Amino acid sequence: MRARFMIRLASVALVLAAFCAGARLAFATETPDPVADAKAFRDYFTKRFPKVKLEDFVNGPYSMNEDMHKQWEEKEQFPPYEFALEAGKEMFSKPFKNGKTYADCFADGGIGVRQNYPTFDEKEGKVITLELALNRCRQANGEAPYSYVKDEMASLTAYMAFTSRGKAMDIKIPDDPRAREAFQDGKRFFYTRRGQLNFSCATCHVQSPGERIRAEVLAPALGILNAMPIYRSEWSGMGTTSRRFTSCNSQVRSVPLEPQSDEYRNLEYYLSYVSNGLPISGPGARP
Amino acid sequence: MIGSKHPHALAVASMLLLASLSCAHAEGSEADFKTAYAAADAAEKEAGTLRNQWTTTESTLAAAKKAADAGNFDRAVALSKEAEALAKASIVQSTSEKDAWKALDIR
Repeated sequence: MRARFMIRLASVALVLAAFCAGARLAFATETPDPVADAKAFRDYFTKRFPKVKLEDFVNGPYSMNEDMHKQWEEKEQFPPYEFALEAGKEMFSKPFKNGKTYADCFADGGIGVRQNYPTFDEKEGKVITLELALNRCRQANGEAPYSYVKDEMASLTAYMAFTSRGKAMDIKIPDDPRAREAFQDGKRFFYTRRGQLNFSCATCHVQSPGERIRAEVLAPALGILNAMPIYRSEWSGMGTTSRRFTSCNSQVRSVPLEPQSDEYRNLEYYLSYVSNGLPISGPGARP
Repeated sequence: MIGSKHPHALAVASMLLLASLSCAHAEGSEADFKTAYAAADAAEKEAGTLRNQWTTTESTLAAAKKAADAGNFDRAVALSKEAEALAKASIVQSTSEKDAWKALDIR
């Protein structure tokens, strides 16, 4: 009798222990912990690619392959984003019809601030990306907003990124449950499989960086937004972060969400935060 | 026998029968298309509320409509059914990914 009782007791204890361990695991995933997530993210990539210098991850596919790195260094002599950069500089300083400029909408006149975007607006309770802030600036000054996926927005963000080159990404998550939820929502989107091809962002950029998908070498997710906006040979032009997200979704046969939808804004918040400390390298060039 | 006594009447009757059958078939197919398309469209709308529509569902729905506009209802019905299956698969994906994404999370 006593032996049977002991076996039952041990079984119950075992089941309880398993339940608690499972609950702890579930709790760990459900409860946003941005600091732990960022550390785990960085550790994953640095352990997987021990030869790649931390600051080099921002160079995307070029950090994964020595030959491509050489090609990129040569490309940087006459970078294909140069025209966009010039146009962006001119657009940035040209006054609106009311006489004000973009500089009036940003801290430090908008120079060297790209590394702080996206921010979390505690009044609004939402993530504000640089692209969104630029269009809000335009609208507040009586100008029509630009398309989030076309050249004007890419040129403006290219110039702003250029003024932040070398500065470490510095995304803040305020002590606000809505900010942590936005981060968590971005993380959920990043790992969620979408489209008929059943790919998540992580399928390519966490599980397969350095591998080829058709002719392209996949970029690591660490630092992937630090190079935005980018000139892509595939696009024969510049592309914003919005363009990158929507085209990635289309490629896996998922209907893209609206540029600057809550999901994409939160995704940008998550991906930028986990790349904190890595330098801004935008505007970038990609195959 | 009607066939031997009135061969023309038989031919006319046969033609009428064939014509009526093909008309009934065409009408039935259009109705079938409308039913099949409505089901596919409803499933795709549900995928939309889940923020997870597939481009292939959208293109298959468009192809179904195009086939129906051209009067090819057999094809339109088949494409509608295919679109419905795709939309339902995207709904299944959304449902399973509610938890499945956690398995990919780097910890």
